[in-house]
Amino acid sequence: MTNTYFEILRPGINTTIQDAGRNHLYHLGITVSGAIDQRNYKLVNNLVNNKLNDATVEFAYQGPLLKLNNGNINFAITGDVFFNVIRDNSKIEEGKCYQNYNLKDGEQIDIISTKKSAYGYLAVSGGFVLEETWKSFSINTKAQIGPNNGKKYSINEKIFIKEANLKNDKNKKINYKNSFNNVVRIIKGTNFDYFSNHAKNIFLNEEYSVSRLVDRMGMRLDGPNLENIVNTNIKSEGLIRGVIQVPADGKPIILLSDHGTIGGYPKIATVISADLDKVAQFTPGTKIKFKEVSLAEAEKLFKDYTDETNKYLNEHN
Amino acid sequence: MIKNISNLGDAAVYCDFGSEVNETINAYVINYFNHLTNLIKDKKIQGINNLTPSYNKLIISFDLTITTFSKLKEVVQNINIEKNILKNNHKIEIPVCCDDEYGLDFARLSKKLNLSKKEILKLYFDKEYFCYMTGFIAGMPFLGNINKKIRCERLETPRVKVPEGSVGITEQFSNIYTFESPGGWNIIGNTPKKIFQKLNLQDPALIKPGNKVYFYEITKNEYLRFND
Repeated sequence: MTNTYFEILRPGINTTIQDAGRNHLYHLGITVSGAIDQRNYKLVNNLVNNKLNDATVEFAYQGPLLKLNNGNINFAITGDVFFNVIRDNSKIEEGKCYQNYNLKDGEQIDIISTKKSAYGYLAVSGGFVLEETWKSFSINTKAQIGPNNGKKYSINEKIFIKEANLKNDKNKKINYKNSFNNVVRIIKGTNFDYFSNHAKNIFLNEEYSVSRLVDRMGMRLDGPNLENIVNTNIKSEGLIRGVIQVPADGKPIILLSDHGTIGGYPKIATVISADLDKVAQFTPGTKIKFKEVSLAEAEKLFKDYTDETNKYLNEHN
Repeated sequence: MIKNISNLGDAAVYCDFGSEVNETINAYVINYFNHLTNLIKDKKIQGINNLTPSYNKLIISFDLTITTFSKLKEVVQNINIEKNILKNNHKIEIPVCCDDEYGLDFARLSKKLNLSKKEILKLYFDKEYFCYMTGFIAGMPFLGNINKKIRCERLETPRVKVPEGSVGITEQFSNIYTFESPGGWNIIGNTPKKIFQKLNLQDPALIKPGNKVYFYEITKNEYLRFND
């Protein structure tokens, strides 16, 4: 094992390790976790020539300040992120996302903040030294599962790196277009008819805004109340990422990667798979609108999403 | 048997076994769950990410790059459960200390149910419970059915933090908080037994759907010494 590591000089708001997620455990109450924006997670691995399902550092809003010790590495950052590379001569180089960089012993990466989105990703060539739990490296802070005892990173902790001395093979860049749009495509939920016609109309036509109550578990929305005419509770049942629940207060909640596995609020809709990355990146105050699509349309849109991801991944091959 | 199969979004199958909550319906849910789990183990089916059995529903979430709703719907339609019995009748005993420092809601329960703490506990412990499902938080079992005389709704204002190990009741169910968590169930005691052990990778959840569970009362002294 090498002794190359990032020393965490500033942890950031919510810095964790995430990968493709942890499956086959919902029935025990263990949620999927994993990178909340799966496309940016895959792209960052691609930029440093890692496997697409390798573990990465995920950060939210303010990111970490990391000092490299005992080695030279190659790294990349994806997302809509403002960061600097602090060179060993104290020179500050403004960082660009979607390209790889060399980092020498003693140099630092200062991930100052995300811009118009919530999450970003950092990967290093060869990956990190981490312990796997149930076939995943993702940190689930609620159940305290995964690397770093299942906790988000704190100041002075270390993240060890597998490869100590990496030569920069070649510069790699992805011409990523961050096409922001605020329309969230949904499929009607299993309890859609629990809501009044008026509420259904509001949900599909009015604007909602992302509240401040948002984390990796879910996103509460502000906007007009949705009137439930049947029952504000259902018998508790399984949940998945993207489900939109409406509790008794009438305000929708979109479930994200660390959602509870079972819940008892009516499901008005589910976000289609093609839009999950986009939704997870919304920041508080963002105005959004829902648009209903059929299952067949959702499947087609997911194929388009996958093709677009593959197009980015294949830019260099 | 399954009453209806529909899609939950574009990447999950929603199997509805009926509107009631009883052991027969739940046994069907668990039998379908076991059947699908075996198909995954034997690699006879591709693309399933997770199966979530609950009282009367089974949700199958899948990888949309590998399979589709219509393919999995067909698989589920072709499952035939001949005998709706559960083989896994594993019996689990759970010690509970009900001293007032652990049983947080006896004042409320006595008032609502018009029963003394002693009467509530007699009715609670004098029963075998059945695990309908596990979840919400890691390893939390949903057990039923509690005696009709001690059924009570949730707290009007949920607690921000329910201590780990707390044993709660609401309506016809009892549960155990495997982690400190927000929650609105009426808390009657606390167990020193570890219900979820993340280091036990093969079998982290002590109580699984279909298991039988017995509770027994212990003193505070026994509680404190339980893990010695």
